[in-house]
Order: sequence, then structure tokens, then C-alpha cells
Amino acid sequence: MAVLRPQDQLPGLNTATILLVGTEDALLQQLADSMLKEDCASDLKVHLAQSLPLPSNVTRPRIDLIVFVVNLHSKYSLQNVEESLRHVDAAFFLGKVGFLATGAGRDSHCSVHRNTVLRLAQAYRSPLLFCDLEVDSFRVSMAQRLVRMLQVCAGHVPGVSALNLLSLMGSSENPSAEGL
Amino acid sequence: MDETVAEFVKRTILKIPVAEMMTILQAWGFYLKINCRRTSTSGERKESLVHDLVLLCEEKRARVSDAALLDIIYTQFHRHQKVWDVFQMTKEPGGDIDLFDMKQFKSSFKKILQRALKMAQLYPAKEAPQSDSASSHMGNSARLWVILSRGPFACNMSRVINFLVSVTFRDAEENAVWIRIAWGTQYRKPNQYKPTYVVYYPQTPYAFISSSQLRSSIPLLGQALTIASKHHRIVKMDFRSRYLDSLKAIVFEQYNQTFETHNATTPLQERSLGLDINMDSRIIHENRIEKDRVQKITEEVFGDYPQPRLEFAQYKLETKFKSDLNRGILAERNEPLRCLVKFSSPNLLEALKSLAPAGIADAPLSPLLTCIPKKRMNYFKIKDK
Repeated sequence: MAVLRPQDQLPGLNTATILLVGTEDALLQQLADSMLKEDCASDLKVHLAQSLPLPSNVTRPRIDLIVFVVNLHSKYSLQNVEESLRHVDAAFFLGKVGFLATGAGRDSHCSVHRNTVLRLAQAYRSPLLFCDLEVDSFRVSMAQRLVRMLQVCAGHVPGVSALNLLSLMGSSENPSAEGL
Repeated sequence: MDETVAEFVKRTILKIPVAEMMTILQAWGFYLKINCRRTSTSGERKESLVHDLVLLCEEKRARVSDAALLDIIYTQFHRHQKVWDVFQMTKEPGGDIDLFDMKQFKSSFKKILQRALKMAQLYPAKEAPQSDSASSHMGNSARLWVILSRGPFACNMSRVINFLVSVTFRDAEENAVWIRIAWGTQYRKPNQYKPTYVVYYPQTPYAFISSSQLRSSIPLLGQALTIASKHHRIVKMDFRSRYLDSLKAIVFEQYNQTFETHNATTPLQERSLGLDINMDSRIIHENRIEKDRVQKITEEVFGDYPQPRLEFAQYKLETKFKSDLNRGILAERNEPLRCLVKFSSPNLLEALKSLAPAGIADAPLSPLLTCIPKKRMNYFKIKDK
């Protein structure tokens, strides 16, 4: 399973699965912890990966949302995301992919310009969220937001689909206004 | 007591934080009796305590050497405030094995240093006596005249020597000897506020010298140290840190001694999993195998003991631009590209160790970064082959 496809598997009963992709494991882990602490009617599953493609020798539930985490302090993290994007099926970009840029708070440490991630997100027609994951309160509200997105993408919110959500989120011209 | 000595004592005591005052003063031992009395009134303000201490020093006629000893003790407690250079000494092959005598070492170190300094000041390297430049010749003869005009030559020499330098020794843990050198000239008393410290471990070829602005005195110091410890050559290593103990540990290869005792029984698999022991079962790590590989490689390179502390590593690059694709302005340059890369961190080796597991860099790291403890250097020059 070199390329990740959204419709390969049937969904599990009341399960919503998110895949977080990023080089910095500790940040992903913390974000995952915060997400699981959220009060949510669905069974959440969080998969963490450093890069794609995922190892093919394991069975995993259907993935409903992929979030690529870019640390603006590290070019390596951006490169890794760019490489990984090639292993995602186009159908995922119909609302089931998001980008999350962290580290914008400390401008002097940034080695990746914000416009670079902006362009990346625009090129893939996917929402871009800004959040300093190192700050606890920011991370918690971001986790809350991701859980809501995930529920929509998994089809657990009646009346809203992933594509629907995408068009709602993309309504503002400048995705940076979406940041916290 | 001399006024300058009183001032020196006062300034040294003022440097000491109140919390450490008693420990340091007790280690000094000069005023043990007073200390016992003082402890009861520890809530007292520092200034009045210092004032009383200075008065007592005056009563007891403290000498410069007593104050210098206090300064050594203070520096021993605050050794990380200095930047330490490592010097390596070598013996010529075939030299006979000497027994080390601390007493002899101290006296000969002092003597050689004084003599070397005297010679250096009489005949500075820049204006050697055979130099035919008129002005420098004048300078030398004028200086000689000053010395000769003070009476018998020999008598003057000893006077000059007393003026030149003050050397204080203190034996420390693990047989180490701490040497404090305050430098003067033949016209001025040694400056007690800009001393150089040397830490020497007897019967080893290594010495640690605190960096100072007095660059010119370091060769003399090296000379004295080499001869006194019966070595033949001394070389400054490209190895520098604030943490004297870490430098020592790396140089003497003591840092990996915990290797056998630390977690040696638990297999690698268990330990790496142990990191995520309180992990939610709903979080699934996709790259578990890759993570284990990174963990294993990191452990192979750095070991699983705490790393010695260094705070910087510097790489001077002098390389040609190489590229098959863009034969541009850089490729046609004849001059090498010069640049300086400096890594700094409160604990550099520990930081490097965690780079790959944290996902910030690929494993394995470049050997240039991992060879620091093995090569015992943190200043590198990289040139094209």
C-alpha cells in the first residue's frame, strides 16, 4: 500500500481515525494526548507517523483525516512533509487533508517562511492552521478543533461532509486568518 | 596589613554568595574560629559580615597568599565561570620514569616561571637583543639600566622576581593541584584581579588552564609546567569548555564508566518501549521499527550514559564549491569558500544525542558531530582534501 487512499477500507463502527505526520515525535505525541482528552462521542484513534508511505505489513483502520505538521523552525520538517505528500491519493485532498504549521510564535527561530507553507497548502487546496504546539493552551484548543474536523471527515456529524467543510474553511482568501 | 591586601580580601569575600559563605570560609580555614561564632547570626547583612571579616584579617595580618588561597577556593566552587583550555604534554621516548614529588613540582614550577618571565621581560620576543632597530635597543638598555641602578645585580634580581608574579597552590580532590598565577611586570605588583588558573593532575600529561587576555604569558606558563612535570613538549588542544569536570572526564575517558551498571540488563527493545509506558492505546506509532533503529544507532554512537557537558563546537570550513549542475559564479571561484559554523547549547553532546530521536535530524549523525569526545576536540578546521 504505497499510496494512501481514503476509500480502500470500510469504516469501523463509530471510529474516527486521524493520521498525524511530522518529524518531531514529541510534539505529535503531545497533540495526540490533548486530542484524546477531548470529550467526543466517537472512538478516536490517533496514528503518528514520521513520514509516508506507511509500513504496509500492518492492518489499520480507515484513515479519515491526515494532518501534516510542519515545524517552521526546521527545513527538514518541511522537506519531509513535501516528500510524504507524494504518497497520498488525490481523493484525500477532497477535504481530508490539513496542514498545521507550528513555531510561528518565535519569529527569530524560523527557518521556513510562512509564505512557503501558505503556498504549499494552497497548491494542495487544503486548509492551513497555525498553532504553537509548545504552548499548552494553544495546543488544547487546536486539539479541540482537530477533533471536530475529524468527526466531520469521518462522517459522524449529520449534514456536513468533508468536502463541505473544506469549502467552508477555504472561504476566506487568506488561510492565515484561520490561525488561532 | 597592606591596604591592597585588605581590598583584595574584601573584593574576594564580596564575590561569594551568602549561601556558600560558610562552606567557602571553612574550606579556607584561616578564620575557622570566627566562623563558628558567625553562624549563629547568619541573618545578618552581607556587608557587615564582610566588614567584620576584613577587620579580623587585618588583626591577624593576612598576607596576599592567604587572600589568593581564598580566591582559589572561590574559583574551585565556581569553576564553570571560567573557560578552560586543555593542554597536552608529551615526553620524548626513552625518558626514564620519574617519581612525582608534589613539593618539588611546586617549587620548581614557581622558580621556572619566575625565571622565564624575567627573561621574557628583559628580552621581549618582539625586540630580541640582537635586533638592530635603534628604538628597541634603546628600550632594552633603558630597562637594564633601571635594574642595574638599584644596586648589586643579584639583589635586584630577587627584587624583580618578587614583583613579577605571585603563585599560589592548593591541593584538590583526586590529587589535583590548583595553581593560581597573578601576573605583574618589573614595575608593577602582580595584578590579583586577573589571575590565570592552572589545574594539573600529577602524573598525567594533561593540564587545564583558564583562558585569559594575557596571551603572551601562556607560553611561559606552558614552559614552566612542562619542565616542572618533567615533560618535553606542550601543545594546546582544540578543546575548550566551561565545564572543567567534563573536560577532565573526556580527556581521561571517565565519562563512560557508568556504562556497565546503567540498565545493562534490560534489553534495548524494552527500554525504548519504556519511554511510552504511559501511552494511550488509542495512539498508534506507525514508524515503530524506524524509531527503534534510530534509538539503537544513537545508543551505539553516544552510549546510554549521561553525556559530559560541553557548550560549544566550532567548525571552520575552507572548501571549494562543488556542483555538477550549476557551474555558476561559485564554481569558478579559485579562492576557497570560508565559513564558520558554531553549535552552542547548554549541553551540546546531550543535545546532539537527542537530535535524531526527536526527529530533527537523520540518524546516524555526521561523524564530524559525533567524534567530539573521541577526538577530544571541539574546534575543527575542515579543508578540501
